[in-house]
Amino acid sequence: MDFFTGSLLSGLQLGSIYALIAIGYSIVYGILRLINFAHGDLLMVATYAAWILIARSQSLAFAVVGSVAITIVFGLVIERVAYRPLRDAGEETTLVTSLAVSIFLQNLFLMVFTPKNQAFLLPDFFSQKILNVSITNMSVVIFVVTGILIAVVSLIIKKTKLGMAMRACAENSGAAKLMGINLNGVVIFAFVVGSALAAVAGVLYSGQYVSFNPSMGFMIGIKAFAAAVIGGIGSFAGAAAGGLLLGVLEILFACYLPQGAGVYQTAFVFLVLIIVLLVKPNGLFGVAEERRS
Amino acid sequence: MAKRLFANPLFKFLVTVAAPLIALFCIYFKVAEYYQIVVILFMINVILTASLNITNGFIGIFSMGQAGFMAIGAYAGSLLTMSADLKISRIPGIPEWLANVQLPFIPALIIAGMVAAAAAVIFGFPVLRAKGHYLAVMTLGMIIIIKAILDNNSNLTNGAKGISGMERFSTLPVVFAVMIVSLFFLYRMTKSAFGRSMAAIRSDADAASSLGINATKYRMIAFVVSAFFGAVGGALWAHLQQTIAPSLFYFSRTFSIIEMSVLGGMSTLSGAFPGAAIVTFVPQILANFENGFKIFGFDVPALNGLSAIVMSIVFILVIIKWRGGVTRGSEYIVNAMFGKDTWTGILRKQTYIDFWNILCGGFKNSIHYHPHTIEEKEQEKKNEQEKNEQ
Repeated sequence: MDFFTGSLLSGLQLGSIYALIAIGYSIVYGILRLINFAHGDLLMVATYAAWILIARSQSLAFAVVGSVAITIVFGLVIERVAYRPLRDAGEETTLVTSLAVSIFLQNLFLMVFTPKNQAFLLPDFFSQKILNVSITNMSVVIFVVTGILIAVVSLIIKKTKLGMAMRACAENSGAAKLMGINLNGVVIFAFVVGSALAAVAGVLYSGQYVSFNPSMGFMIGIKAFAAAVIGGIGSFAGAAAGGLLLGVLEILFACYLPQGAGVYQTAFVFLVLIIVLLVKPNGLFGVAEERRS
Repeated sequence: MAKRLFANPLFKFLVTVAAPLIALFCIYFKVAEYYQIVVILFMINVILTASLNITNGFIGIFSMGQAGFMAIGAYAGSLLTMSADLKISRIPGIPEWLANVQLPFIPALIIAGMVAAAAAVIFGFPVLRAKGHYLAVMTLGMIIIIKAILDNNSNLTNGAKGISGMERFSTLPVVFAVMIVSLFFLYRMTKSAFGRSMAAIRSDADAASSLGINATKYRMIAFVVSAFFGAVGGALWAHLQQTIAPSLFYFSRTFSIIEMSVLGGMSTLSGAFPGAAIVTFVPQILANFENGFKIFGFDVPALNGLSAIVMSIVFILVIIKWRGGVTRGSEYIVNAMFGKDTWTGILRKQTYIDFWNILCGGFKNSIHYHPHTIEEKEQEKKNEQEKNEQ
C-alpha cells in the first residue's frame, strides 16, 4: 500500500468520526435551526464517561453503553434547560447560548478532572496493525461502526413514523405542529440520536487518538460543524459526505501541502468551508431554502 | 418621579459624566495599580464591545471574529511602538524596514486600526456574502486563519511564543480618552442617516435595498468600522498587558467579547457598559475563590474554571430572562453622555429648578407616605382586637 492510499485511509477514518458528529449537528439544525456548539463537547463527556466506566468495570461493552446513556442524559438536560426556553428566539441568540453551554461543560470537566491530558487505553487487540501500515484493527472498527450507525439512523429517518415526523418538522415545524406532531417529542428524539452518535464518535476518536482533555471537543465540534455546512446542513447524506470529505482533505493537506504550508492545515480546512459557501451557499448537497436568513 | 428624574439633564450629567469622572480621578490618584489595571481593562472592553455591537446589533451581521481584528491591532500596534533594538532582540528575522519604524502611541493606534480595516475589506468580500449562521461560522474560520498566519510568520510575529516588552502606554487617562472618542464616533454614526440605514438593513435587507440603500456597501462599511475599533481595542490591550501571543486572541477571547455584547444588549451602544462591567469585574471577584479557600472551618479545594462556569450560567439566565440584554434595548447611558439636551440643559436655569423640585417632591411624598414596619402593623392589629373584645 503506498503513501497516498495510506493517508487516504487515515483521512477516511478521521472523516467517519466527523461524519457521525456532523449528522448530529445536522439533525438538530434541521428541526430547530439551532447550531449546537455544545454538541462537540458531548463527545468529550462521552470520552470521560467511558474512561471512568472502563476503569471501574473492566468491561468495554458496558463502558460504551453506559457512556452513550450518560451522554444522552447530558444532551437532554442541555436541551431542556438552555434551549427549550429559547425556542422562539432568533438563531443568533441560540447560537451564543450554545457557546455558553459549551464553555460551561468544558470548565465543569476542567474543574472535576483537571486540564491535563489523559490517556484512553483500549485492549491491545485494537492497536494491532493490518498489512504493515498505520491502519489498525481500530480503523476497521471505526469504519464498521460508522457504516452501521449511518445505515441505522438513515433507516430510522426514512422508514419510521418518528423519522417521518422529524422530516416534517425539518420541512416546516409550524405546519407539522398543526398536523398534530408533538414537536417537543421530535426535538427530544433528535437530541437522543445526536447525543448517542456524538458519544460513539467520542469513544472511537479517543480510542484511535488516545490522548484527551476537557477542551478536546470544541475544535472537533467546530470542524464537524464545518463538515455539516460543506455537505449542506439539514441534509443527512450531505452531513455524512461532508464529514468524510473534510477528514480526507484535512489529512491530505497535512501530508501533501508544500514544505512549510502543512502547519496551515486547519486554516485550509476553513478556507475550503468559505470557498464552498461562496460557490454553493447551501452546501454541496443542501437544498435551497426560500429564505435562509 | 423616577421618570422625570431620569429625564432631567442635570441628573443625566451628574450620573453619566460627573460621577464617573470623579470616580476615575479618585481611582487614578488613590487606588493601587493592580485595581487600576482592572478599570483600564473594563474601558478597553467597552471599546471592544461597542465595536462588536455595530456589526452584531446595529446592522445584523453576527460576527464572531472580533478577536481576530483585536489580534491584528495588537500586533500592528506593538510592532509600531517598539524600539528598533527591542524588536531585533525579541523577533529574530524581522525585516529591517519594519524594525526601523517607531511611532508615538496614538498614531500607532490609528495605523493599527487601519491595518485591521484593510484586513476586514479582504475578509469582508467572501464573508459578507453569507447570512446568519453561515456568516457567523465564516467569521470563526476567519479567526482560525488569522491565528494560523500569526503562528507561522515568525519573522513578523515571533510565532506562537508571541512578543513581549511593549511599554505600558495604556494608562488610565489615555484609555479613557480613546474610549470617549471612539464611543462618540460610534454614537454619531448610529444617530446619522447611516445609522438609520443600518437599522433598515437589519430589519429587512431586501426592503432596504428597494428603497435605494446599498446593503452590500453598508454592510462592508460597518464591518470595516467595527474592525477598526476592535483593532484599536486590541492595541490598547497589548500595551496594557505588555505581552501578546496568537493563542490569546482565539475562541475564548472572541466569546468573552460576544458575552459582553449580548449581556449588555447587542443592539445598543449603552449595553457595552453593563456588559463589560459584568464580564470584567465578576471574574476578578471569583478569581479569589479559584485557588481554594476556607469556609466555616472546611477547606474548599481549588476550583479551576469556577468563574467561567458562573459566567456561563449568568449568561444563559440573562438571555432567557431578557433577550435584549440587561439594557433591554435602551440607549439611555450613551444618550445621556453625548446627547445634545444634556449639554444644553445644564446651561439652563430651569433645569436646576426642576431638579430641585423633583427631589423635594420626592422627599415630600416620602413624608406623606409613611411605610409602616411589620411590628407597628401587628401592634395596631392587636390594639384593634383589644378594642373589639372590650
